[in-house]
Amino acid sequence: MIFRSVSSSSRLVRIWDSAGMLLVLAGLFLVCSLFVDNFLTVTNLRGLALAVATIGMVACTMMFCLAAGDFDLSVGSIVAFGGVLGATVMNATGSVTLGVAAALVSGALIGFFNGVVVARLGVNALITTLASMQVVRGLGFIVSDGRAVGVRTDAFFALGNTAWLGVPVPVWLTAACFVIFGGLLNQTVFGRDTLAIGGNKEAAHLAGVPVIRVKITLFTLQGLVAAFAGLVLAARMTSGQPNTSQGLELEVISACVLGGVSLSGGVARIGAVIAGVLIMGLVQNAMNLMNIAPFYQYVARGCILLGAVLLDRLKQRG
Amino acid sequence: MTRADPALSFEALTMEFPGVRALDQVSFGVRGGSIHALMGENGAGKSTLLKILSGAYHPTAGSLRHGGVSKRFTSTAEALRAGVAVIYQELHLVPEMTVAENLFLGRFPRHLGFLDRGTLRKEAELLLRRVGQDISPDTRVGRLSLAQRQMVEIAKALGRGARTMAFDEPTSSLSARETGRLFEIIRELRDQGTAILYVTHRMEEVYDLCDAATVLRDGKHVVTHEVLTGVTRDALVKSMVGRELTNVYHYRPRPHAPGGLEVRGLFGPGLRVPVTFAVARGEIVGFFGLVGAGRTELLRLLCGVVPPVSGEVRIHGTTLVVDSPRAAICAGLVFCPEDRKKEGIIGVRSVAENINLSARREHLRAGAFIDSGWETRNAATQIERLGVRTASADTLIGLLSGGNQQKAILARWLSEPVRVLVLDEPTRGIDVGAKSEIYGLIHDLAAAGTSVVMVSSELPEVLGIADRVYVMREGLVSAELSRPKATPEAVMRAALPAGAAV
Repeated sequence: MIFRSVSSSSRLVRIWDSAGMLLVLAGLFLVCSLFVDNFLTVTNLRGLALAVATIGMVACTMMFCLAAGDFDLSVGSIVAFGGVLGATVMNATGSVTLGVAAALVSGALIGFFNGVVVARLGVNALITTLASMQVVRGLGFIVSDGRAVGVRTDAFFALGNTAWLGVPVPVWLTAACFVIFGGLLNQTVFGRDTLAIGGNKEAAHLAGVPVIRVKITLFTLQGLVAAFAGLVLAARMTSGQPNTSQGLELEVISACVLGGVSLSGGVARIGAVIAGVLIMGLVQNAMNLMNIAPFYQYVARGCILLGAVLLDRLKQRG
Repeated sequence: MTRADPALSFEALTMEFPGVRALDQVSFGVRGGSIHALMGENGAGKSTLLKILSGAYHPTAGSLRHGGVSKRFTSTAEALRAGVAVIYQELHLVPEMTVAENLFLGRFPRHLGFLDRGTLRKEAELLLRRVGQDISPDTRVGRLSLAQRQMVEIAKALGRGARTMAFDEPTSSLSARETGRLFEIIRELRDQGTAILYVTHRMEEVYDLCDAATVLRDGKHVVTHEVLTGVTRDALVKSMVGRELTNVYHYRPRPHAPGGLEVRGLFGPGLRVPVTFAVARGEIVGFFGLVGAGRTELLRLLCGVVPPVSGEVRIHGTTLVVDSPRAAICAGLVFCPEDRKKEGIIGVRSVAENINLSARREHLRAGAFIDSGWETRNAATQIERLGVRTASADTLIGLLSGGNQQKAILARWLSEPVRVLVLDEPTRGIDVGAKSEIYGLIHDLAAAGTSVVMVSSELPEVLGIADRVYVMREGLVSAELSRPKATPEAVMRAALPAGAAV
């Protein structure tokens, strides 16, 4: 084996590659701690973590979709539908288990449907999930008759409003998602196959990767996790709301892209995705604390996303 | 008349790629108003020469003279402006746009800044008439036949004032009638004084159409016949293939055992008749054929990439249902595709991941988890064994040279036992040193009992490495030759299209 000497510039690139967004996150955290009043308080940080819980969970599976070269726009609708359906079933049966099961199964089914249409029928993922996004949003309104569905079973609220070791349960659940899906990406054949498909679908197919099966599986997982995130959100709000999480899909994709996930597939790191999610949440939190009007927050978020992508381009060129 | 100065001439043209000299001091000229055949085996340097002519490559040394002036094209656009047009096999037209729009792409007629549709149509019609086509300029190019598209491409070149044109095997996908029309147009162009360089494999075309011929071999100029009368087909074939086979192929006889791969009546898209053949254990069988002979199609049927219409594939006596590459791999039949970039490597992933991608049949922890210790060791072992030159196992494979990418792809299949190894053009675009290493490896595998099927369009490679050669032509197997009988002439004779027999 012959080793070429690694030049110092490429070493810099590699450091940036593996830890760039973590550094940005650390820098932002430091700046906010120093200059934003009330930022570095337990209450605020707990609020920040809760605020990114939904995005964080969904980002785990979105990372897989993007890594395989696809994406899923239906997640926001599934979050809302999962919450509404869970609440409705719980009210009708009085059973938390049945409600949770109904939401999870239907979320997985929606994802499975997306996966079959994309992978087996070969329809573009953008179109497919754009369609299911609207269908599922509509289903949420139909199930709830357009109104918030208040949950009458108190046991359900444990999922959203309790804490363990001072950390809210939704935050623990999000962390668990990061661990599970990080492991899935790095330690399993499924993860490797996903990256291989995103990197070069044809080569992966010829190398024996079951392309269709993997794609259907990851869309199914995406639906399942989105429905789960919807349940957690409903528990926090004590009701299933058909209007919630509109535009969530774009926030999730933004966080993933911020975390260096390549939109053309094949490149994804869980650490960077976590950083991406936290950066998005942190910036929003800081702007809220500084009383910046929501209108300006949209502009700021867009600029940050564009900046991150431009930085990525520069890196690739350099 | 005294022979005029050539309209186009190459002077000591040399083109080097890392490790390969694709062209070595090639000199010859093409007269204006003549059709000059450029011949040679695949890899002889014809494509490289065309690419230099079109400005896609810049020669390492030597020069190109056009119209008596030394030129150095830096882009296709510049070559076109100078009046040189190269018409490739894959045409460069935009299928979604109309014929007229394609003809004037990049130089639309304008009136007060707006697109002048009237002029566009009129001028397009004029150009189409020059190539004898009565298609409407408003037709979308995607709806035209291949032959019509070729005419549009020629018209496009004419519209840009091309005085020199090169054709790269233009008739390979045309019917006899379409070929006839194309020849008429090319002859007309010649009579108008255009210098034409015509790349072909087909002997009949050389004698039918061309006035002069140049033969390249291994990047070197072999001979230029300014007049073709008195030049026999045998002489041309000999100058194309005649060369010493050296021991870069590492050939040594090996014992064969029956029952390796048996293929009976395999049939599907790209073939004209069902194909039957067998490869013993430890045997290397070569499939030779010119471009379009159906070799790649046969391999794709064999390896489950394209589902076969009918036929039976047996490996070590067991019938195999090949409905996907995965099924084939599980049965121990593995396929190294021809187009490395498109179908082989996963460029954005590391060398190690690319090597380990298929090594999953026997090395998994708990069925789903990766044994990363084994993977790291395996990658290191394979990199060492195949001599893959890479900065580290974690380097992105897309950054390696073609030869090293190919070795890494081979390594993908060597991490676990393989019964049948199917290689499609395993040494395309690879330098001589790496080629020799890959041949050595193929021999080692065969010696260990693997049945090897190798497709190549490089004749010396097939003859150098194979125990037996099947020759394909126009979708069927036209000959089966044992090693002693597989002379270059015999193979070429079987490979040339019917009616072009030497």
